Amino acid sequence: MSRAERSVPAPLLIPAVVAVAFLVLPLVGLLVRTPWSGLWPQLTAPGVGEALRLSLVSATLATAVSLVLGVPLAWVLARSRIRGRGLLRALVTVPLVLPPVVGGVALFLVLGRQGIVGRWLDEAFGITIPFTTTAVVIAETFVAMPFLVISVEGALRAADARFEDAAATLGADRWTTFRRVTLPLVAPGIAAGAVLCWARALGEFGATITFAGNFPGTTQTMPLAVYLALQRDPEAAIVLSLVLLAVSLATLLLLRGRWLGRSGAGAVP
Amino acid sequence: MRIRDIGATALAVALLAGCGTDGGGRGGGSDGGGLGGTLTVLAAASLTDVFTDLGARLEGDHPGLEVRFTFAGSSALATQITQGAPADVFASANPDQMAVVTDAGLTDGEPEVFAANVLEIAVPADNPGGVTGLADFAREELTLALCAPEVPCGAAAEEVLDAAGVPAAPDTLEEDVRAALTKVELGEVDAALVYATDVAAAGDDVEGIAVPEAEDAVSDYPVCVLADAPNPAAARAFVELLRSGDGQAALSAAGFRLP
Amino acid sequence: MSLAADVRVRRGAVHVELAVDVPAGSVLAVLGPNGAGKSTLLRVLAGLLPPDGGRVEVDGEPWDDVSAGVHLPAHRRRLGMVFQDYLLFPHLTVLDNVAFGLRTRGAGRREARAGAAEWLARVELGDLAARRPGQLSGGQAQRVALARALAGDPALLLLDEPLSALDARTRLTVRAELRRHLGAFGGATVLVTHDPVDAMALADRVLVVEDGRVVQAGPPAEVARRPRTDYVARLVGLALLPGTGEGTSVRLDGGGRVAVAEQAAGPVLVAVRPESVALWPERPAGSPRNTWPVRLTGATPHGATVRCELDGEVPLLADVTAAAFAELGLAPGMQLWATVKASEVTVYAR
Repeated sequence: MSRAERSVPAPLLIPAVVAVAFLVLPLVGLLVRTPWSGLWPQLTAPGVGEALRLSLVSATLATAVSLVLGVPLAWVLARSRIRGRGLLRALVTVPLVLPPVVGGVALFLVLGRQGIVGRWLDEAFGITIPFTTTAVVIAETFVAMPFLVISVEGALRAADARFEDAAATLGADRWTTFRRVTLPLVAPGIAAGAVLCWARALGEFGATITFAGNFPGTTQTMPLAVYLALQRDPEAAIVLSLVLLAVSLATLLLLRGRWLGRSGAGAVP
Repeated sequence: MRIRDIGATALAVALLAGCGTDGGGRGGGSDGGGLGGTLTVLAAASLTDVFTDLGARLEGDHPGLEVRFTFAGSSALATQITQGAPADVFASANPDQMAVVTDAGLTDGEPEVFAANVLEIAVPADNPGGVTGLADFAREELTLALCAPEVPCGAAAEEVLDAAGVPAAPDTLEEDVRAALTKVELGEVDAALVYATDVAAAGDDVEGIAVPEAEDAVSDYPVCVLADAPNPAAARAFVELLRSGDGQAALSAAGFRLP
Repeated sequence: MSLAADVRVRRGAVHVELAVDVPAGSVLAVLGPNGAGKSTLLRVLAGLLPPDGGRVEVDGEPWDDVSAGVHLPAHRRRLGMVFQDYLLFPHLTVLDNVAFGLRTRGAGRREARAGAAEWLARVELGDLAARRPGQLSGGQAQRVALARALAGDPALLLLDEPLSALDARTRLTVRAELRRHLGAFGGATVLVTHDPVDAMALADRVLVVEDGRVVQAGPPAEVARRPRTDYVARLVGLALLPGTGEGTSVRLDGGGRVAVAEQAAGPVLVAVRPESVALWPERPAGSPRNTWPVRLTGATPHGATVRCELDGEVPLLADVTAAAFAELGLAPGMQLWATVKASEVTVYAR
């Protein structure tokens, strides 16, 4: 194949370059404005490490919860024949279109002290959820899980369902088939969905600050710290943004190397 | 065809309504004064309701004038002005943020204090935590909200609590005073330290409890015409309106202290 | 380990209504064009598609009985199935693919792998146990799929176009191997194919299906000798002409007459094998009784012979050697004469 045949045609190349510029230039702006000389004191300021740790832990927990609940939901959407599946799918995407702050208020109305479920939790067990790290994880899960569900459902739809037929003729019931055939077949899709979910959870702001509040060490994640720093000290906000960005990019690159890189192996017929 | 008819009707109604307002304004008093164009006011979020009213009043007095507001946190507005946002008037909830603008040489003349705000305790209507005063902010068993120290209401709260020697035990440090108030309205916190004006605007879901200790930490609201104001005449008229008897009465009704 | 099924199922435009009976150790080939309902039948037998009516019984045990509300799901049927494109699990090794059915049916990992290794050895692929399906050739994948289907000791073996994904050369060797394995299998086998050679080579009985219905059933040789429909005839290379027997000749429904060797009466089918048709550029001298003017409408090379499609009062197929085809200077559109000896014409009652 000659070089000319491999080259990208202009109608694709030009918009692609514009897209890259559009996505990358704000990052360049951040880097240009970074106060490199004052970087170290900003990085080691009390609370930064704490917020970063809390962000990573809560985003990872939210991703774990999303996997445990979201993968089965994706399966139901893609494979089952239950009634009202279309409605169910539309409902799953609600958190995507809902402004996150509204999502936070909605979580209050259910899980808050005065909420439908929260009131009962409080009265029966003395458990209150808002303003705790649990609330952070719940808010992040609420906002991020749809990304996972939609990715995994897409992967399930794209996967050849006849492999499941083959498993059935080999004596596997649906649960065994799911575990031993479906899950491995859509693993690349699940991995991609989990990464998307994790990234969304890591950057989550609106639902978290509304439902979980903002308190250093328990509920103040990096995006909250960035937002508040912006009120007083924009340079500190830029530094914190860079820290968040660097850590998330490093994590994603590491993961890509480890398991997303193998995604091609699943495509063998 | 149907839709076009409905559209035409709506337009006619809007025009009629507009005429009515104009007529009322003109009948109400002053001679018009020849102000026109657009007046852009950047104002602290806590001024939203009262400024919207006063803006309408100014438009009524000057039929050719259109008043536009941007309401946001004072620090965000100060940043916008230093980044070159075109505006005529800046009203800050905090002298520090006004100083950011004056230090940059972007004001026309000295800022004037036109109102002041004082902290008050907001509790849900039935006061489930039995909160009576500032000392209750040390009660661990209560769910309490303060503003984050990064924003003006949080800085003021910190000052008041420190001065009173109350070891505060907040559960959340809210990003702005509205967010703190929302949590009171939802009944999710037992108390929050917010501005008196916010309690006044909140309605029946929220009760206010005065904080005598806060009298030493009243925050002044300065206003200033901006140096690059595209419409300086209207800007001055707006500042004058704030300082007038009508303006001060409206601010007082909204819960502001007067300077 | 016999199969008896009589099922009705509606799949879109196709109404499938088929009865099959396969004694233990024998192979039934279901032959038919695409969309005839062959694969639907297989899916019903596998339990992947519940029938709308009828029964499926294996060794007298009902797997499906619509009137009694019995439907055994696929995973509880003792069956093995080889799919058209094999559907080997891409994420498992060859060994684990074959072990899969043993594991699901209760064997431990070690035991299942031992059993799988034995089966791989039987299909002569023991040394490929650690490979992934993506690294196998088509013929190897077919053998792994067969081993996987047979490893679970099924009562019923279902083969869906098992050779169609292979190239012609591989198909020949794999077909011979498949024949050997089917010969050793004690259960009932149902083989779905659209290739008559597979049916002839592998099956004890052939069921020809068109539009969801059985159009002919019988031993392969019988079906080839006496095709009942044009489709079957074309499939096995016969020209099939309906007509009415009148002594030693048959008046064809489409016009014309065919002389036959035996007495015929009433509605009959006349079958003419292409190799018994001779072609002449001129009307041959001392004309045999069956001499017809024809026009050459098509010619397809078929190994050393060329199959000629002939149109005329009596439409026929003729096989001539490539050499004769060249010598006669044959070309589509030419007017020719075709002759067939009466003794070469087969007649059977409709």
